[in-house]
Amino acid sequence: MLIIPCPWCGPRAEQEFHFAGEPKARPVPAEQVSDQTWAHYLYHRSNEKGAHRELWSHAHGCGRWFVMERDTHTHQILSTKAPA
Amino acid sequence: MRYSAFNLIRHGLGNPLGWGPAWKPASLKPSYDAIIIGGGGHGLASAYYLAKNHGIRRVAVLERGWIGGGNTGRNTTIVRSNYFFGESARLYDHALKLYEGLSEDLNYNIMLSQRGVINIAHSEHEMELMTRSVNAMLLNGIDVELLDRKQLLAEVPLANDAPDARFPLHGGFVQRRGGVARHDAVAWGYARAASQLGVDIIQNCEVTGFIRDQNRITGLETTHGRVSAGVFGLAVAGHSSVMAAKAGFDLPLQSYALQAMVSEPLKPILHNVVMSGRTHAYVSQSDKGELVFGAGLDLYPSYAQRGNLPTAQEIIAGLLEIFPAFRRLKMLRQWAGIVDVCWDYSPIIGPAPVDGLYLNCGWGTGGFKAIPAGGWLLAHLLAHGKHDPLSAPFDLTRFQTGALIDEAAGAGIAH
Repeated sequence: MLIIPCPWCGPRAEQEFHFAGEPKARPVPAEQVSDQTWAHYLYHRSNEKGAHRELWSHAHGCGRWFVMERDTHTHQILSTKAPA
Repeated sequence: MRYSAFNLIRHGLGNPLGWGPAWKPASLKPSYDAIIIGGGGHGLASAYYLAKNHGIRRVAVLERGWIGGGNTGRNTTIVRSNYFFGESARLYDHALKLYEGLSEDLNYNIMLSQRGVINIAHSEHEMELMTRSVNAMLLNGIDVELLDRKQLLAEVPLANDAPDARFPLHGGFVQRRGGVARHDAVAWGYARAASQLGVDIIQNCEVTGFIRDQNRITGLETTHGRVSAGVFGLAVAGHSSVMAAKAGFDLPLQSYALQAMVSEPLKPILHNVVMSGRTHAYVSQSDKGELVFGAGLDLYPSYAQRGNLPTAQEIIAGLLEIFPAFRRLKMLRQWAGIVDVCWDYSPIIGPAPVDGLYLNCGWGTGGFKAIPAGGWLLAHLLAHGKHDPLSAPFDLTRFQTGALIDEAAGAGIAH
């Protein structure tokens, strides 16, 4: 069981949260983006073993989004903060 | 040595320790024709088919831990080929057909039990979608049968048919050729057969880096020293992204923990494999009598090889909604494997973005059933440098062309 410190609500159980992928910037302008760049944006992931930057939402809580750094090997939560 | 009834009696009466090791101990040589990274089912099968189908015998399989100690030894041993799309049906049915002859081919009993895989539909709408899937499978040449409610209950009498059942029974479908196989035996059987053909199986040998010449992989740094080869195969499942990063590219994969568990042993109570897409639960009874079951993924990335409690509770709750009779069983063990999931829930088989390296990954939650085909097709790629027609649709380039094989919804069932 992960106890996740929501930046707004404090520590809560993992069932209240939803993992939403690795934070990424969408490539622009769309008409100049190559198929390769677009495929990388859509599908390719760093998928690190160890410290991993993730976007989460407190879906069954305050409903807000935040960025969490988490070790994917030990499940230790390294930091949570509001998205920039 | 050949395993046979005659040899069993001879050794039983004579020297019971005279069998010798199933595969030869080997140490790493400086160079090979082909090296396969990952000594799970797919890696070992690749080495075996390289030697058997293509006559390439200067082959090494490098395994960081012990062979079959990853997902091959952690899955729920189900084999089936009831997939929606033609590309998948051909791939998984190739695997199932090879499984059907594998004990004889390897001279190793993989304990294949074609007891039938049954999927339950819990609503009229689910039943309609299932009918469409079954029709697609039949058109693809997969022998499945639709079951109405009565037929389903005849097959699975323990399923919850109470009027107040949360997941009512509307019907289902069955693939009678599906079933279970002994997972360890698949790894050991391929290892033994490959070793007999000259393949070196090197355990406790971690690949720590790739040696490159321009855009070509020419060798590996390992904990047993440097080694070079003509071609390399990567079959490391959940750690594919980790190895790809070492080789300088990334993959359209995310690694998750998939957990499974077993109950205390029971007398025979469940004679087929039962799956419920709605609760994600799937269950079968092992030869020892334990109920082996699992359900969905722990839905955040993990390399921890253990599942978290909230998902375990959901899995058990799902199973008990279908089988209330299991409510008072004690659980014996719970574990997890790390699975590499593709966005379309189909595998990646084909050349990597660097030369000399070929991929067999992205099997996600369903790699065990595909082991013979995964090995067969990776061996073809390593031997010829180009696709067998079966593997061509699963090339990495499909994420750029958009020709995805979207089994996430198509297969519609837990793996």
